[in-house]
Amino acid sequence: MPEGTEGKTVPHSKQPGSIGLVEKQFYTFCEPPHEMELASGAKLGPITLAYETYGQLNRDKSNAILILHALSGDAHAAGKYEESDKHPGWWDNNIGPGKAFDTDKYFVISSNVIGGCQGSTGPPSINPATGKEYGLSFPMITVHDMVRAQVHLIDHLGIGKLLAVTGGSMGGMQALRWAVSFPDRVIASIPIATTSKLSPQGIAFNEVGRVAIMADPNFHDGDYYGKTVPREGLALARMIGHITYLSDDSMHEKFGRKLRGKKSFGYNFNVDFEVESYLRYKGDTFVHRFDANSYLYITKAIDYFDLSLPHGSLVKAVEGTNTKFLIVSFKSDWLYPPYQAREIVKAMMINGIDVTYCEIDSRYGHDAFLLDEGEMSKIITNFLANVAESNGILEAAST
Amino acid sequence: MMAEGARIDHSVILDFIPAGTKVLDLGCGDGSLLVKLVRQKAVTGRGIEISEVGVRSCIAKGLTVMQGDIDKGLRDYPDNSFDYVVLNQTLQAVKKPDVVLSEILRVGKKGIVGFPNFAYWKMRFYLFSYGRMPKTEFLPFEWYDTPNIHFCSIVDFREYCAKNGVRIEKTVYLSTDRGGRVLRGVRPNLFAENAVYLLSAGR
Repeated sequence: MPEGTEGKTVPHSKQPGSIGLVEKQFYTFCEPPHEMELASGAKLGPITLAYETYGQLNRDKSNAILILHALSGDAHAAGKYEESDKHPGWWDNNIGPGKAFDTDKYFVISSNVIGGCQGSTGPPSINPATGKEYGLSFPMITVHDMVRAQVHLIDHLGIGKLLAVTGGSMGGMQALRWAVSFPDRVIASIPIATTSKLSPQGIAFNEVGRVAIMADPNFHDGDYYGKTVPREGLALARMIGHITYLSDDSMHEKFGRKLRGKKSFGYNFNVDFEVESYLRYKGDTFVHRFDANSYLYITKAIDYFDLSLPHGSLVKAVEGTNTKFLIVSFKSDWLYPPYQAREIVKAMMINGIDVTYCEIDSRYGHDAFLLDEGEMSKIITNFLANVAESNGILEAAST
Repeated sequence: MMAEGARIDHSVILDFIPAGTKVLDLGCGDGSLLVKLVRQKAVTGRGIEISEVGVRSCIAKGLTVMQGDIDKGLRDYPDNSFDYVVLNQTLQAVKKPDVVLSEILRVGKKGIVGFPNFAYWKMRFYLFSYGRMPKTEFLPFEWYDTPNIHFCSIVDFREYCAKNGVRIEKTVYLSTDRGGRVLRGVRPNLFAENAVYLLSAGR
């Protein structure tokens, strides 16, 4: 801490590396009768996407990076809305001045997904046709649909070609889909801790989460708005999810068999162990910020994701993309294991695509992409510097 | 796997490779050879490296590199997908040198293989006089903790090529005895510390 500030709280916006205070923005498009046709054949419109931007778009609009979030993420990737916010955005450790996604150089856009519940059109939104929340009448969506909606947003921002698209987990699926389906719009793609298709094990965990929500007596076929929400089911789904984001090692390190606020077993079914307390806390806090129906829709979109479709094979699917890739996986990630990333790399290699692949030796499981230990950000910083340099982008400020 | 030193072998390899070609560097380490190829020869370069540290150094140099095991990784590459496949100072560290060598000449139109000559006189002297596994400035590892598991001599390598229909197009022998220069003399199997070969499939 600099001299003289000891004992005082430095406002978030003044901390080095912080993007400061940010604002959520909205863009609405596909107004009827120009609805978007979804992969399922259903139509959706109007569509609103919530998004945030950090940094400055340069004059020729060539320094834009699109950040894509995971299952429970949102558009709030960096900074704080108010100084008093407890936490900054979900990828604040990587977005900001001097960070991997350096807002002194790049114009960073973070987009929410359709089907979400954080400001974008999703099951909790009002269906203009009925004046009521969509609930389960919301059409099924896919990762491809999410990306197609984001294309509207990027058009709206006047950006022809994104310097990079990136995200972890489901965000990585979007980063892959962007590059494969819109190769002319993406110079570089950085899919992290992701897969071309979720394993049956992953689908199984998602299904248990969905069943937990739908089995909640307050679920009422998704028609619970204005009433008691299915909090037990959603909390349980989140608890299961959190187990899959950690690793055996990280659980040992984080909790061990430590007891929670007691010296001996309680000999009852209340919380004994730290790990139980952690999972319950994660479940309980999640229900305050997330919608159960959105959880159903988004997990289903993750399950449906298959990059090889509609081509039939991954090798064919990635054929013809000029995008430069940096694919990152984590050794201890058993939900999106490295072998799945290697399959994508292999298909790209066969096509002669410019793909760099790094397997980071982290112990933190799938969560590693959020918990920066420095290695990932360094790799991204260097990769982006190279992409920016070879595309003639040096300093946003100097334009 | 050689400790850092005078990289005369790099200049030899740079001389072997024409500008603008497509090159795959197997076991590219920190990318020090590949970056010279990309910058000085404008090659389209790709690297495969097993260590995360090596991969990170390559990324920092702006190289395209894949973290992977070359003992497993080459079968996915189509035939002749590179003009040159380089295996420099790595042959002795792979599990199956014969498989890797035949894959090099399947995936590449030409192969470049550089390795330390185990029959180099200092090695022979070390083994003869001390009766211990040789250690040198460039091969400083203990026998129980070395990445190098398949040493061979120049004679062994030539014999392998003859038996397996590998055509030796060019050979450069290197010695550190007089400042790491190219060796122009007799008995390379005794006096060369390193050998670099330009190879192609004989049939």
